[in-house]
Amino acid sequence: MLSRRELFKGMAMAAAAAAQQVFPGVLFATTAVPPSANGLSWKKAPCRFCGTGCGLLIGVDNGRAVAVKGDPASSVNRGLCCVKGYHSVMALYGKDRLTHALVRRNGQMVKVPMQEALDLVASKLKETIQQSGKDSVSIYGSGQWTIPDGYAASKLFKGGIGTNNVEANARLCMSSAVTGFMTSFGLDEPMGCYDDIDHADVFVLWGNNMAEMHPVLFSRMLERRVTNPNIKIIDLATRWTRTSMAADRSILFRPQSDLAVANAICHELIRNGWTNSAFIQNHVSFHEGKINIGYGTQDKFAFTDEAKSTSLAEFKKRLEEYTPEKVEQISGVPAKDIRYLASLYGDPAKKCVSFWCMGMNQHSRGTWIQNNVYNIHLLTGKISTPGNSPFSLTGQPSACGTVREVGTLTNRLPHGETTNEKDRQMAAEIWGVPVANIPVKPTYHTVEMFRALDRGDIKFMWIQVTNPMVTMPKLKRYRDGMKKDGRFVVVSDVYPTPTTDIADVILPSAFWIEREGIFGNSERRTQQWDQLVDPPGEAMSDTWQLIEVARRMGHGKLFPWSRETHVKEIWNEYRRFHHGPAHEMATYEALRSNPGVQWPCPNGKETKWRYHAKWDPAAKGKSWDFYGKPDRKAWIWFRPYEPAAESPDKEYPFWLNTGRVVEHWHTGSLTRRIPILHQAVPNGYVEVNPNDAKRMGIRNGDRVKLTSRRGALTLPAMIDGRGRPPEGMVFVPFFDESLLINELTLDAFCPISKQPDYKKCAVKVERA
Amino acid sequence: MPIKSYLAYPVPGHAETVTQALAAFEGCDVFPALNQDVLILVTDTPDEPAESWLEEQLALVPELQCLALVSGLNPELVQINPTLEHSC
Repeated sequence: MLSRRELFKGMAMAAAAAAQQVFPGVLFATTAVPPSANGLSWKKAPCRFCGTGCGLLIGVDNGRAVAVKGDPASSVNRGLCCVKGYHSVMALYGKDRLTHALVRRNGQMVKVPMQEALDLVASKLKETIQQSGKDSVSIYGSGQWTIPDGYAASKLFKGGIGTNNVEANARLCMSSAVTGFMTSFGLDEPMGCYDDIDHADVFVLWGNNMAEMHPVLFSRMLERRVTNPNIKIIDLATRWTRTSMAADRSILFRPQSDLAVANAICHELIRNGWTNSAFIQNHVSFHEGKINIGYGTQDKFAFTDEAKSTSLAEFKKRLEEYTPEKVEQISGVPAKDIRYLASLYGDPAKKCVSFWCMGMNQHSRGTWIQNNVYNIHLLTGKISTPGNSPFSLTGQPSACGTVREVGTLTNRLPHGETTNEKDRQMAAEIWGVPVANIPVKPTYHTVEMFRALDRGDIKFMWIQVTNPMVTMPKLKRYRDGMKKDGRFVVVSDVYPTPTTDIADVILPSAFWIEREGIFGNSERRTQQWDQLVDPPGEAMSDTWQLIEVARRMGHGKLFPWSRETHVKEIWNEYRRFHHGPAHEMATYEALRSNPGVQWPCPNGKETKWRYHAKWDPAAKGKSWDFYGKPDRKAWIWFRPYEPAAESPDKEYPFWLNTGRVVEHWHTGSLTRRIPILHQAVPNGYVEVNPNDAKRMGIRNGDRVKLTSRRGALTLPAMIDGRGRPPEGMVFVPFFDESLLINELTLDAFCPISKQPDYKKCAVKVERA
Repeated sequence: MPIKSYLAYPVPGHAETVTQALAAFEGCDVFPALNQDVLILVTDTPDEPAESWLEEQLALVPELQCLALVSGLNPELVQINPTLEHSC
């Protein structure tokens, strides 16, 4: 048996090894934490941070979580974690944890008993509905909601209250991935899984800094290359990062021009005869949609796409405008590099994975770029087989499990769309409500929901597990809107944030392992964990907060469960929505006894690759069957290049790109309470290209003022740090609540997915 | 006292020397990378003066180019560094 001290030495060593992952290619003999120590019990839980879904083992001692190690039984991470994962339990014990409810009275937040605060939330909801109608109240959740949280929210608001005013911050991070999947395949979420990494020969990372954002998967990819020197990793991005450093080839393209680059690759595939004709013949159909589709910057912007059937010949004709030479002019990518990319995708002997995340999702043509990358895989038939995968990674631990699968978006239900009568009937039957209770028409997507609050169309908003007063683009408008008279804002969270600053009621939430929960990760894997420690003070899970309020509003019949067993009962009710071979979910018992289970899971058997009869029991025939579409084919869309909503000009000559760093997760409200992570990157900064910096006389650490048409921010310069933007671009991470870069960003969004573009707007850069 | 871990970067070509020099200090465990000149150093000291002394000694190793603190873990979970605090 090991001493506690030895155990912590093992953890410290593992954390250092994890930190080293971001300087890729380094291997250590062992990074494992010792298996046992005096006085500790180890229990499984998925990591609380990104969408990778690493399996963790949490060491608990005397009711306190004190240690973390990677779960060797988890096929996701095989015992490895990143720096955030290794330190994750420290996020439970920040000094300013919210432990009691607070209510705003005469402008001051006053501590009140939790039950009194819940009474107030319920009465305010009822009063607002009575005075202004059902669509004047809303809930805004998160991809960090557990599945029971999201399910309870959807059931209360859509089934009980009868409004589609349900949204989640996942609209800001992955709704373009959803609409990409839906338009190309008719069903959401990846066809492949992380095992693709173990089979692929080529990895193309489309605007995806995996070294920092998905470090464990990045390590798996590097490990494959160490043992297989012919493996190629291509970093195709708008800025040089740690991922570029590790890649075999770093190719930079101008913002937004990935649309054109993907089309040029398709052009070359067809021109060189590198397509898979039999696959195209049998499994693909061709389509076009509307063009010049706008950017949604005005209130009540509406857009509906229309699909028109075309042909391979028509598609080929459209691509004539996308020769490598023409696209070099648009993108800055040399024609030879475009041909190189096409040759990798087009080599029938090479298995190809494309990875992406926010670069393609937070894009004013987010749906289009997903379609265009799918086109590459569909022209070559490199899809739905081991090692051949277009793979959309997710940023949050349950963006897939909760927001996409439970359907906590205005247009979605736990199965299907609100506009589909059969889907509404299914929901009404399972929820035990009249079908007329569930409204047909979607109301507000996230940006429009906050606009509606500003306009006064929405008067009540309940925000759970998210921090929109840091994350909303064009932040000032939405913050000012929330502070207007006649708005009532409830915030459930674990720490005070800029969002709790504008709340009328703050409800303290039980965090992660302080309650039982279920997440769903990027590869269709559902992961359950038990409550491992007690929440502090009166903190309560978001699920139970919703149930308490529902009961006070007279919707108790919808939530007949006990506090002890409600997670199991919610799961058993919810999985009825997905019954059938295409989406069967695991049983509760299977979830409890495994680090995670992938759906579809008919008859207890996981499906690793969808849409191919060899692996997917829902697929008919002997090979591919894209059963999500009525024609059982995957759809190739011609989607042109269109410029960004706002581009640099004489007055605002730089691109502003925003994103994250490995140490901090999202708005930093958790990771900045972890001492070592906070100390590693204590504040925001602006990356400036060294040539631009030299020209403007800016040195490392100098204060630099950024100004856009919406706001200004002064912050320290970083030159040749971990990232290097090209000349004419600056990059700012968004984790620092005291340096709010979203004061400058633009609320333009993809008209199909309604996801904002945080990667492109125009700014002026000056030495402060 | 906290157990700390560092990434240690030797002057190129001196990984072996640095490994031996660091391993010679009491309370230091060294884990060299298999394929590059990078080491993980884990320190375990009994009290604050001992920790300060060790930090001073580490700074004197001439072949040690850079030492980056990664982790400070305390078995009693006393937080050793300040964090963000936000009042309501």
